[in-house]
Amino acid sequence: MKNHEDFASRGPEEQAGQSGGAVIACEHVSIRYITGDFRAIGLKEYLIRRLTGRYKVREFWADRDVTFRLGRGEMLGIIGSNGAGKSTLLKAVTGIMVPTEGTLHAEGSIAALLELGSGFDGDMTVKENAYLRGALLGYTRAFMDEKYEEIIRFAELEEFQDYQFKQLSSGMKSRLAFSIACLVNPDIIILDEVLSVGDGAFRKKSGDKMKEILASGVTGILVSHSIDQVRELCSRILWLDHGRQVTFTDEVALYCDAYEEFLMTKKLPKDHAAVEKLAEGHLRRKRREEEKRMQEALKGAGGEERR
Amino acid sequence: MNNSVTRLMQGIRKNHFLFEQLVHRDFTQKYKRSILGMGWSVLSPLLTLLIMKIVFSSFFAKHIPHYTIYLLSGNIVLSYYKEATKNGMSSLVDNAKIFTKINVPKYMFLLSKNVSALVNFGLTVLVYFIFCLFDGILFHPRMLLLVYPVLCLLLFNIGVGLVLSAMFVFFRDIRYLYDVFLTMITYLSAIFYSVDRFAHPELFLLNPVYVYIKYFRLIVIDGKIPSLPYHLLCAFYALIFVAAGGLVYRRHNHSFLYYL
Repeated sequence: MKNHEDFASRGPEEQAGQSGGAVIACEHVSIRYITGDFRAIGLKEYLIRRLTGRYKVREFWADRDVTFRLGRGEMLGIIGSNGAGKSTLLKAVTGIMVPTEGTLHAEGSIAALLELGSGFDGDMTVKENAYLRGALLGYTRAFMDEKYEEIIRFAELEEFQDYQFKQLSSGMKSRLAFSIACLVNPDIIILDEVLSVGDGAFRKKSGDKMKEILASGVTGILVSHSIDQVRELCSRILWLDHGRQVTFTDEVALYCDAYEEFLMTKKLPKDHAAVEKLAEGHLRRKRREEEKRMQEALKGAGGEERR
Repeated sequence: MNNSVTRLMQGIRKNHFLFEQLVHRDFTQKYKRSILGMGWSVLSPLLTLLIMKIVFSSFFAKHIPHYTIYLLSGNIVLSYYKEATKNGMSSLVDNAKIFTKINVPKYMFLLSKNVSALVNFGLTVLVYFIFCLFDGILFHPRMLLLVYPVLCLLLFNIGVGLVLSAMFVFFRDIRYLYDVFLTMITYLSAIFYSVDRFAHPELFLLNPVYVYIKYFRLIVIDGKIPSLPYHLLCAFYALIFVAAGGLVYRRHNHSFLYYL
């Protein structure tokens, strides 16, 4: 079942083997979802449908045969268009979901930053919410007592501690959530589209904080629609398409190029040569655009000279 | 071995903090807008009691000694059961946003909901004893045994709450069906009548709520300590529902997600 990734499997797996035990080991993981209109129906309707044989549940595989291993200090970027199975895979890593098939091992404490703003209570104060969130994330009271000041300072909410949570702006809310989730030193950090929190100043601060955490030897998984972020931060790439694994590789630059080209052409590469071709295509396209921009700039400059 | 013990200890400490915080949140949510606050939860069974006393006294009071206490025993146990299970039912759905994003033990939400119901029940029990004094029933060390049915009732409520909260995830109309069921239970629990006139009064023992109510009446009104089999029956209902609830949670722990 590994044939479709053979062309890319040489790099990372060997290295993970050398570095000893993997921090995250995901072996042939498949996750099945069930959907259907069963959510909306009640018990009475359910029984009637069951009896008349009209009860239908559709299954689909959100992830199909995904395999990767991450060693300590490695940062994995998961790329793929909407519905590729990225978020589902993250949920499996955090333990919220279990794989239908295959095995998934994650060693150490996990800090998962998924959709930060939700799950707070609007009527409780900022401080109460901070403690509640800390408890939900598995922190101890002693830890929260020690870190609370730091969290509030980092979130820049010193003057709002006794405000009800619903009185905060949405930017403030995600700042608080980010600060609580980040001011620990987790073994594994999981980021789902969260590197863009708050206004410009805070975004820079949170980005810096993130880099600081990453530099501390944490193992991470990043899902981001910003391919530049993936290029900058990741040392491994997992490319998913409709739940299937296109590749798991350490050739980050090459595959990011290929992926960007794929987004334009919508053609999946079949082998490594095709990937290189795609990447070349992307570079060519970029050069062309660059030239065009240059020419336009020159033209503009020329026009000004003429005037 | 040592490692697993320390891990267990850590787990307990961790969840202890989470439990505290959830209880705190539930209390804040519950009493944020009511002026009477906790007072209301004491007042509401008393109002029910007043109505029942007025309406049913002329029918039943002659045959049932200490009829006020008889009514009140039924009312406080039943309203505790109702409150705990009704609150418990929505504990998963209400917290869906949390446990679909963060990996937390899901039963914690139900346990914390049960705390506020238990506290309310504790207040009504105090009022209950005051009424006992007015009715000429003095405190007796025997009454300390009431801790036993309360403990069983707590477990029973948790068990039923586990089952209901899971079902509520799958079928949202459970809320209405359960209301119908509660009305049935109310009339089947011999709150305001005595079961002696029935041909087979022992059939009432099939109703766990009645079993717990009867324990209260035996101790307080009749001044008798229930038999050992009766104690076992109390525990049986509690444990069977906790086991059933635990099983449902374990089986569906990860499939709740699909329905939310």
